[in-house]
Amino acid sequence: MKIKAKVKNNVVNVKVLISHIMETGRRKDEAGKLVPGNYITEVSARSKGVSVFHVETGPAISKDPYLAFVFKGGISGDTVSISWVDNLGNTETTEAVIK
Amino acid sequence: MMKMMNRRHFLTSSAKGLGLLVAVTSLPRLAFAGWNEKAFKAELLADAMAAKYPGLELVDSDAVKLKAPAIAENGAVVPVSVKTDIEGVKSISLFVEKNPSPLAATFNLGPANIADVSIRLRMGQTSNLIAVVEADGKLYRTQQEVKVTIGGCGG
Repeated sequence: MKIKAKVKNNVVNVKVLISHIMETGRRKDEAGKLVPGNYITEVSARSKGVSVFHVETGPAISKDPYLAFVFKGGISGDTVSISWVDNLGNTETTEAVIK
Repeated sequence: MMKMMNRRHFLTSSAKGLGLLVAVTSLPRLAFAGWNEKAFKAELLADAMAAKYPGLELVDSDAVKLKAPAIAENGAVVPVSVKTDIEGVKSISLFVEKNPSPLAATFNLGPANIADVSIRLRMGQTSNLIAVVEADGKLYRTQQEVKVTIGGCGG
């Protein structure tokens, strides 16, 4: 996961790029068999112990999802921790320092 | 035959190990607020809307700023942004009317958030893209057509 978090006047702009196949569950393989769905269902972010973002996603999100959001109350040097979970229960958490 | 058994035994135990790993790594799931399965699995726009926002009044609003390409050359990657000055935004949802499941995403915003979000969507074909902002128990909607040259759902 790649995270860029930049602060200006206590307003933090966060950009996130996640590596994930985002398989829709509707695609067929070469043998004509449906490929089982595997897609991120939720992404959340926390900073200083407080939730600063939450999104619910479905198979209509592009492969290797990109997300951007904005929250107030951050300063340079704070960290923001971003986690995702997919429909199979896989998760990943990455932390970044706000610049 | 013995070799076969060993292989099977190995497969079962690694499957169990994997299960345990999944269970352990799933713990942070507690931090997740929940996924509206019914809304995401609805196949018609009206059903997805009703499952996502049951009983809320809906108005069209210029205060919802939706930014998306008029023509998307590649339906697999359609960049979409939504922002609004409406106060007290609780959520922002994006619907692609003609996708097999119209609800694409719901951003759940809290008091710390500024209502300004971006994401990249898949669009199977030319369709209306609808942004719905939930605030004060009401829904504010803006929509735009996105023409898709190459569909994003291949296969």
